[in-house]
Amino acid sequence: MNNNEVLLSVENLVMHFPIRRGVFQNVVGYVHAVDGISFDIRRGETLGLVGESGCGKSTTGRAILQLYKPTDGKVTFKGQNLVELHGDKLRKMRRHMQMIFQDPYASLNPRMSVEQIIGEPIYIHNILKGADVRNRVKELLQLVRLNPSYIDRYPHEFSGGQRQRIGVARALALQPELIICDEPISALDVSVQAQVVNLLEDLQKEMNLTYLFIAHDLSMVRHISDRVAVMYLGVMAELADREELYSNPLHPYTIALLSAVPIPSPVIEAKRKRIILKGDVPSPVNPPSGCRFHTRCPLAVAICSEKRPDWREVRPDHFVACHLVPAEGTTKMKTPMPTSG
Amino acid sequence: MPEILNVTGLETQFTTYDGIVHAVNGVDFKLSEGETLGLVGESGCGKSVTMMSILRLIPSPPGKVVAGTAMFQGKDLITMDDEELRHIRGSQISMIFQDPMTYFNPVIPMGKQVAEPLAIHLGVTKKEAEARVVELLNLVGIPNPRERYKDYPHQFSGGMRQRAMIAMALTCSPQILIADEPTTALDVTIQAQIVELVKELRDKLGMAIIWITHDLGIVAGLADRVSVMYGGYIIEEAPVKALYVEPKHPYTIGLLGSLPSLSRSRKERLISIDGIPPVLFRKATACPFAPRCAYRVDRCLNENPSLQEVGLNHYAACWVDAETRKERS
Repeated sequence: MNNNEVLLSVENLVMHFPIRRGVFQNVVGYVHAVDGISFDIRRGETLGLVGESGCGKSTTGRAILQLYKPTDGKVTFKGQNLVELHGDKLRKMRRHMQMIFQDPYASLNPRMSVEQIIGEPIYIHNILKGADVRNRVKELLQLVRLNPSYIDRYPHEFSGGQRQRIGVARALALQPELIICDEPISALDVSVQAQVVNLLEDLQKEMNLTYLFIAHDLSMVRHISDRVAVMYLGVMAELADREELYSNPLHPYTIALLSAVPIPSPVIEAKRKRIILKGDVPSPVNPPSGCRFHTRCPLAVAICSEKRPDWREVRPDHFVACHLVPAEGTTKMKTPMPTSG
Repeated sequence: MPEILNVTGLETQFTTYDGIVHAVNGVDFKLSEGETLGLVGESGCGKSVTMMSILRLIPSPPGKVVAGTAMFQGKDLITMDDEELRHIRGSQISMIFQDPMTYFNPVIPMGKQVAEPLAIHLGVTKKEAEARVVELLNLVGIPNPRERYKDYPHQFSGGMRQRAMIAMALTCSPQILIADEPTTALDVTIQAQIVELVKELRDKLGMAIIWITHDLGIVAGLADRVSVMYGGYIIEEAPVKALYVEPKHPYTIGLLGSLPSLSRSRKERLISIDGIPPVLFRKATACPFAPRCAYRVDRCLNENPSLQEVGLNHYAACWVDAETRKERS
């Protein structure tokens, strides 16, 4: 990381989706997809956002780009609150933020050639015209380590890893500052995942990109991120430096999540004690009162179901939302987590 | 431990408009009583097809098991008649699948579906079946099994459905449980629950398990022995420790190197394997991994290696010694 300049700041972001029923499509409830989260992304860093399916991590990414209009909260990017921008002004800001999607088979239009796919944002934003676009697309293909002669091919002619590279080239076409990577490797084979991750890391160095890397694979997030945020059921559980979070997790959910990740080493696996969480993630339509995690938390006490824990900085750059984590200075919880196996 | 399954020379092909796909090309493996075998590989490497072939679950056409034997209790599963196989499938050998969302019939109560193998294989009465199913649902950790018996699949969460599927596979106390990526569709905390459950059940019931997965992490903590597949071949087979500590085949080495690890402390570059997995339209005349291999010698492009013993119970199909990077003599 070069400096501590904040590129994007999210404040109390809320995203509720109405549930409509009946002939008159009356609103009968809300899916509380994201419920008041705050964090910053610094220029040049990779912020990893992890959580289980349905925890709101993809919604967060989309709400930042204003692909969904947030229900409440502020998203400040380059000094402007994106939530208040509309139409042309918003489109101008979008140039600087792009997205890479999860499924390389669904995110490329099968009827468009590589030139059209990668060139589209260049046309839309009127950056280049005519033959210049073609040259720029060739440059971009080279940048993502694809052969420029592939320019007239169609998506079905490529493998999954190659398609994801096309998706990366499209995201880079406008020279954005922030790229939101929404599970960019989870649809790829293990041996190909490493190729794409290495590419993303190289590009970040070359072009000083900032990433929000959304994923459920904790070991990959640890590999690529500078800081990591953990979400649970629409709220932030913990946010800290990569090393700090993985070596000294404070939130019981983070601790359980880390202990659930299988490690590819039989020697370590044999010695490991696992924390097995009970039950499933509750429904975001009717989230639990107080701390969202209290229904599965092995350490929950009375206050956990009554009061929502504050999002506090217990150590420099280490944020956590848990009643049981003691105040600054101390790091150990009073009661240890129960383990099994 | 006495051996209960012995598969030799298994070959399965699919006829497609574009030609014949050689999905499995002569696979050999053995399974002992109570042993857990991990079968690891990327999508399209033939790991699921191998297991489906043994149970004759390959839709035919287009698929066909063209060669090989699978000996179970002195009988060949590949050639025995359908009636006989039906008595083994679902009772002595049962299988659990990847997707707990689509496995169950949405309009039949869960309990009734879990009880089905009991009625078919053991011919028990409805009442006995219900009692046994409630007991099994309890065993796999479904709360209030008596009430949940009448619930429909949509009332179960993903993890609960996977538990119910395991209960269904266990109804007739199988000797072999084949698990085809049973945790891939699940979240990591739920995955940990299911893996823990299977381990517990294995120790309690003493069945042998074949666990198919692409995740080298899961197998590390679960299997006794691991076979790695690539392009329709088993390219390495070893006791679990040996495979992770001293992998011998360049593909296994690459696969382990491409994994970021929670235990590795420094941020280092991942070792990626260039290129993509092969398309299996032709039977390999060379090593199927040769085009992507960093250790390649001339021989690799002309001859396909077969499994050779490279250590204690450790087999690899490679012409090259990965340590010296020279051709094996």
